[in-house]
Amino acid sequence: MNAFEPALREGQSGQIGRRQPRIEDDALLQGRGRYADDLAVAPGTLHAAVLRSPHAHARLVGLDASPALAMPGVHAVLTGEDVKRWARPFPVGVRQPMEHWCLAVDKVRYVGEPLAVVMAESRYLAEDALDAIRVDYQTLPVAVDTEAAIAADAPLLHEAVGSNVVSERHFRYGDPEQAFAEAEHRVALKVRVPRSSCTPMECYVVLAEYDPASASYDVLANFQGPYALHTVMARALKVPGNRFRLRTPPDSGGSFGIKQGVFPYVVMMGLAARKAGAPVKWVEDRLEHLQGASSATNRMTEIEAAVTRDGRVTALYWDQVDDCGAYLRAPEPATFYRMHGNLTGAYAIRHLVVRNRVALTNKTPTGLNRGFGGPQIYFALERLMQRIAVELDLDPLEVIRRNLVPSGSFPYRAAAGALLDSGDYPAAVEQGIHEGGLEELLAHRETARREGRLYGIGYTVAVEPSISNMGYITTAMTPEERRKAGPKNGAVSTATISVGPLGDVSAHVSSTPQGQGHRTVVAQVIAEVLGVPLESISVNVELDTGKDAWSIASGNYSSRFSGAVAGAVYQAAVKVRDRLAGIAAAQWQVEASRIRFAEGQVIVNDSELSMPFGRLAGATHWAPGTLPEDEPGGLRETAFWSPPQLEAPDDDDRINSSLCYGFIFDYCGVEVDRITGQVRLDRYVTLHDAGRLLNPDLVDGQVRGAFAQGLGAALMEEFTYGDDGSFQSGTFADYLVPTSVEVPEPLILHRETPSPFTPLGAKGVGEGNNMSTPVCIANAVADALGIADIELPLTPSKVRTLIGIEEPARPQGVGEDQTAPAAGGGSRLTASDSVTLPGSPQAVFDTLLDPETLQAIIPGCHALELTGENAYRADVTVGVGMIRARFDAQVALSDLDPPHGLRLSGAGTSAMGSAEGSAQIRLTEVEGGQTRLDYDYDAAVGGKVASVGGRMLQSASRMIIGQIFARLAQRMGGAAPRLSLWQRLKGLFAGRGGRS
Amino acid sequence: MHARADQRIRVTLTLNGRERSGYAEPRTQLCDFLRHELGATGTHVGCEHGVCGACTVRVDGRASRSCLMLAVQAEGRRLDTVESLAEEEGLSDLQQAFRRHHALQCGFCTAGILMSCEEFLDRVADPSEAQVRDMLSGHLCRCTGYTGMVQAVLDVARTRREATVPDSQQENNDV
Amino acid sequence: MKPAAFDYWRPSSRREACELLHEHGDEARLIAGGQSLMAVLNMRLAQPKHLLDIAGIEDLHYIERRDDHLAVGAGVTQAELLQYPGLAEAVPLLALAMPWIGHWQTRNRGTVCGSIAHADPSAELPLCLATLGGQVVLENRRGKSRRVMAEDFFQGVLTTDRRQDELITEVRFPLARPGAEYRFREVAMRHGDFAIVALAAVVDSNRVTLGVGGVADRPVSRELARHADPSEALNALAWSLGAEDDAHATAAYRRQLIRELGRELIAGGPRDEENAHARQG
Repeated sequence: MNAFEPALREGQSGQIGRRQPRIEDDALLQGRGRYADDLAVAPGTLHAAVLRSPHAHARLVGLDASPALAMPGVHAVLTGEDVKRWARPFPVGVRQPMEHWCLAVDKVRYVGEPLAVVMAESRYLAEDALDAIRVDYQTLPVAVDTEAAIAADAPLLHEAVGSNVVSERHFRYGDPEQAFAEAEHRVALKVRVPRSSCTPMECYVVLAEYDPASASYDVLANFQGPYALHTVMARALKVPGNRFRLRTPPDSGGSFGIKQGVFPYVVMMGLAARKAGAPVKWVEDRLEHLQGASSATNRMTEIEAAVTRDGRVTALYWDQVDDCGAYLRAPEPATFYRMHGNLTGAYAIRHLVVRNRVALTNKTPTGLNRGFGGPQIYFALERLMQRIAVELDLDPLEVIRRNLVPSGSFPYRAAAGALLDSGDYPAAVEQGIHEGGLEELLAHRETARREGRLYGIGYTVAVEPSISNMGYITTAMTPEERRKAGPKNGAVSTATISVGPLGDVSAHVSSTPQGQGHRTVVAQVIAEVLGVPLESISVNVELDTGKDAWSIASGNYSSRFSGAVAGAVYQAAVKVRDRLAGIAAAQWQVEASRIRFAEGQVIVNDSELSMPFGRLAGATHWAPGTLPEDEPGGLRETAFWSPPQLEAPDDDDRINSSLCYGFIFDYCGVEVDRITGQVRLDRYVTLHDAGRLLNPDLVDGQVRGAFAQGLGAALMEEFTYGDDGSFQSGTFADYLVPTSVEVPEPLILHRETPSPFTPLGAKGVGEGNNMSTPVCIANAVADALGIADIELPLTPSKVRTLIGIEEPARPQGVGEDQTAPAAGGGSRLTASDSVTLPGSPQAVFDTLLDPETLQAIIPGCHALELTGENAYRADVTVGVGMIRARFDAQVALSDLDPPHGLRLSGAGTSAMGSAEGSAQIRLTEVEGGQTRLDYDYDAAVGGKVASVGGRMLQSASRMIIGQIFARLAQRMGGAAPRLSLWQRLKGLFAGRGGRS
Repeated sequence: MHARADQRIRVTLTLNGRERSGYAEPRTQLCDFLRHELGATGTHVGCEHGVCGACTVRVDGRASRSCLMLAVQAEGRRLDTVESLAEEEGLSDLQQAFRRHHALQCGFCTAGILMSCEEFLDRVADPSEAQVRDMLSGHLCRCTGYTGMVQAVLDVARTRREATVPDSQQENNDV
Repeated sequence: MKPAAFDYWRPSSRREACELLHEHGDEARLIAGGQSLMAVLNMRLAQPKHLLDIAGIEDLHYIERRDDHLAVGAGVTQAELLQYPGLAEAVPLLALAMPWIGHWQTRNRGTVCGSIAHADPSAELPLCLATLGGQVVLENRRGKSRRVMAEDFFQGVLTTDRRQDELITEVRFPLARPGAEYRFREVAMRHGDFAIVALAAVVDSNRVTLGVGGVADRPVSRELARHADPSEALNALAWSLGAEDDAHATAAYRRQLIRELGRELIAGGPRDEENAHARQG
């Protein structure tokens, strides 16, 4: 079905388009949902815990699991050796000599990378055993910052590739050189989009079994698709697809793309079950999730526009580097190519140059995340449009208007190949201005500014792609490579409807919903077509690759449900209806076109003839002999639907990357607090044209949810990494997600221009605000502050810094001894301090070299054992307050320069992570036969403690290192070494006439 | 009282009005005990560090994080979870309001949120929107943007107030 | 994320708790509300061998208004203190600051003394105690109690003057001084997060006591003259605290907040009104 066919030919029930409360809610509200961790497990099921790397980049020298295996309740440990024996690296769409296994085999390349899996009788016991596995690492230099990672001399993640740039493609559409040559203005901008994730509230869950008799894996996971990854998993497991049964639970606790990333764990736990010879259950915890599950890419973009005097953009130049983390994990580099066809956004820009580079760095691998590719593209494009207005002194809204794809030009083929299916962008913008109260907002800004407040308005327009072309990813290959590989295109969706012997209607879709309410909408569509009560329809959304209809495009991503899946449901329902109409027509000897289905009855138009739906449908089971000749009996129809508009990329690299393109027009007003830098969202208007709305309540729910996530990305959410690659956002107190207090209610406006390409005229609407909201808020803040360089998230500290902090000088004598902490905070900790000790430098030097002294001055040192000249192995408990861990450490004294100085260094690992550091010590004789000991230390922590303890690491490390020298002073003379910072401060203020 | 680390202790509490017992080690989290020992899987676990609020249950009436409590600490206490809310005739007023206002999508965080809202409504009869948002800020929801929940709580507070007004007027009249 | 194994003790008296603390030394940890400790245990950032639950000790559950202070026993939760009738009149600073502690749900279990004992440099209750010049009452296994001034009690990040065998039995918040005004401001990333900077002020006719949380390794309080231009003193204070960068805010930003919010807070203004109303609950 290519052309738009109004689905509501019948239109009796008006189910489609109704604000129907959800059929899912009854169970969920009573705690009767069935999420993966709620399901019963097979007897003997073991619980898994995953050992993860505390280092961002290290060679694996050795791994000894035997102490773990000796612990109570521990049954088995899966390691890289097993994985090499039983599995293969994951296939990936870019041909490069790099391998990604489900457990590290030679190196670890990001903090949190899995190394081993312990299977024990409880999760508690499994975690106990993790701490007993001994791993020897040889740490390697890291490539963390994207720009540094693509430099020629950067440390390489995958040596055989020879570079951290694993894919580079150049594209050219139209005649951009000429457009730039003729341009009256050129406006350029460099932007960075940080890492973030939509962090579903439920983490990953996998239940795996292995059947040695059939050499097959049976795995239940809260996987969300796309099921193209089923092939990736099967190939990694080295089994044919039919020996890898993948099932999903009835309910899922959210995904937003993220649960695509469970796939490596599906393979890992399948192998774990095989190793243990028992079913294995793994429930990811939040720390694991934040540090190691998945992330949106962070991106660096240089963008430039060729612009006419009146603000018309004639050409765009894009130079993008997408940071995909340590491994290119399928479907990456899809973050680029999902948006490729619509790189010109909602604008009629005909000339385009694009350079796309994919970089690998020592960070978590990336994957699907709501908005996938959109936030990155629109942040650059819509910031650029705002800059054009500023630089040309035009109204930003006017610049948008002058560049929109004109009314009446749909379907519109965009420069890079997107076939924008329907819409009226200029009319939508005018509607948004009018209904959203822009005039009032502008007046409000005037007033605020007159009063000296910082108030700004931001605008964004965007097209929201939905229903991905399964072939878009091949745009990453050259046309020659594509020809060799064979064409990939389309997007098959499936739906099955069956009617039972009592006339009861059941449906199954392969859309693996994650909370959107698919069951409700499926029931609405079926009720509309078959005229049966909504409540009577049973919809099953569990997907079992062993017995359900599915295809590679199955799953829940690219907002494909309303356009594609609901469309397939409609087609399946129509097949059922047409068969039943045929049967009824034969019975009653009337034209099938006269048969109507409504209110649970089958009715012949303009007659008295009717019968209950169940009776007619039941006949297909009870009395197949009475049916017309071409009617086989039984009643189960499966529809497969793939739109022909989703063609493979052409030889000029034009790609219609999605089937539908909704339109979004957002604007907002923000007020910035001059003192605190806090951004208050005063008003947010968001207009959507998502084609026909199947259930407006659910549409608004999608918009609100995406808006809240977009707001989070704009103002607070970021995965931060230290310069050493340590991960710093390991808890929900570090990775900040907006709460009810931070999220205002947006004004949601709609417009319905049906898509001509989907059976019901619907388009996707789930991701738009993830794409438009971050940049809309950024544009408003840029307007409020009159600043070009805006980087997300706009935290109070960052915004206040943008406003400008002119610090009064540090008063003399205040805090001078405090050395500056390492720039940018993080897990690299450096500082200097000094203590005065009794005795000569030589005496101090000799004391330090005495092992007994060393043991006495290292806080929490239980044992010190000589392992070489001035080298020791130490058993040390380190911590502050309640937080403490026992380290197995190496301590060494080196660079001996008696009696002037030496270096004291240590490195160790513990259950809470790794720590290493060294202090350069200088000894100077001072008056009174004393010695001043100056030290500069440089320390780093990795693993868990860096992920969750960032707020206090500087102070804590200072305190612990200070203790070493305080104890030394005590040991040498007993005198208090010096006034503490605290005591001196008290003195300082007392001297100023403060408290006596 | 002393329990050894490896000892399994019998813990008895009142869960949703019924006395229930099970076994726990000293270190067993209350949320694990409720879900995996007593089978009350309606309460979900979202972060295990007390921030997300998904595991919130009422302990002696007070909304509390069940990941920040040990099962042994719940000995003898009254525990109420999401399973307690529905009445014989169906969903409670709060549950119905959540449904009506589309206050949930994936539903994973909902159990904890409902328990907080119940305690809040018991304690604050006439809440402002700011108060509702303040109370809800102890929960993270990634699906809904919170609007539906705020509306649902305000809606229920209003209905419950209206339902109790005649009584109090009655009392006044009697006086 | 599950705790490592530990023995669980529920002592029935203060004495028994102190004896256990003495016996097990650094291997023991006290748990009251557990709102900080449980998260740390779950993450295995602490692996004590013994956990002493003080919930079974009866005589720690009291709030008493005495001559010059409000005494809060170790069993009292933050929610109970916040709902104590007359709190706003007795210790107005607590009424202003306590709604900023975590969330409704964590205040329901988190105890007042537990927060003082934990000594998080960004936490509100230590800041209040330090600003008001309150005291901590500790008791040891011999039943001897001692009182420590807040400024001596907080000694660094999560570090206090509490000795191995001591139990905090009570904290004492000085009652409102007649004529004094109490003000509180906090900047955090989100509602309920740890303070980037928190400021508490006691404003008398001729002097101001200003407390700062979230910046130094402990809460800090200073006295300033009321009518002089406070800029210089605030700048000195801002520079004296060893502010540091972290993932959410820079040191310079923290210093700026001390200077600018400090000035606002001392002057008093509409924001303080706004604050007092916005966070009731």
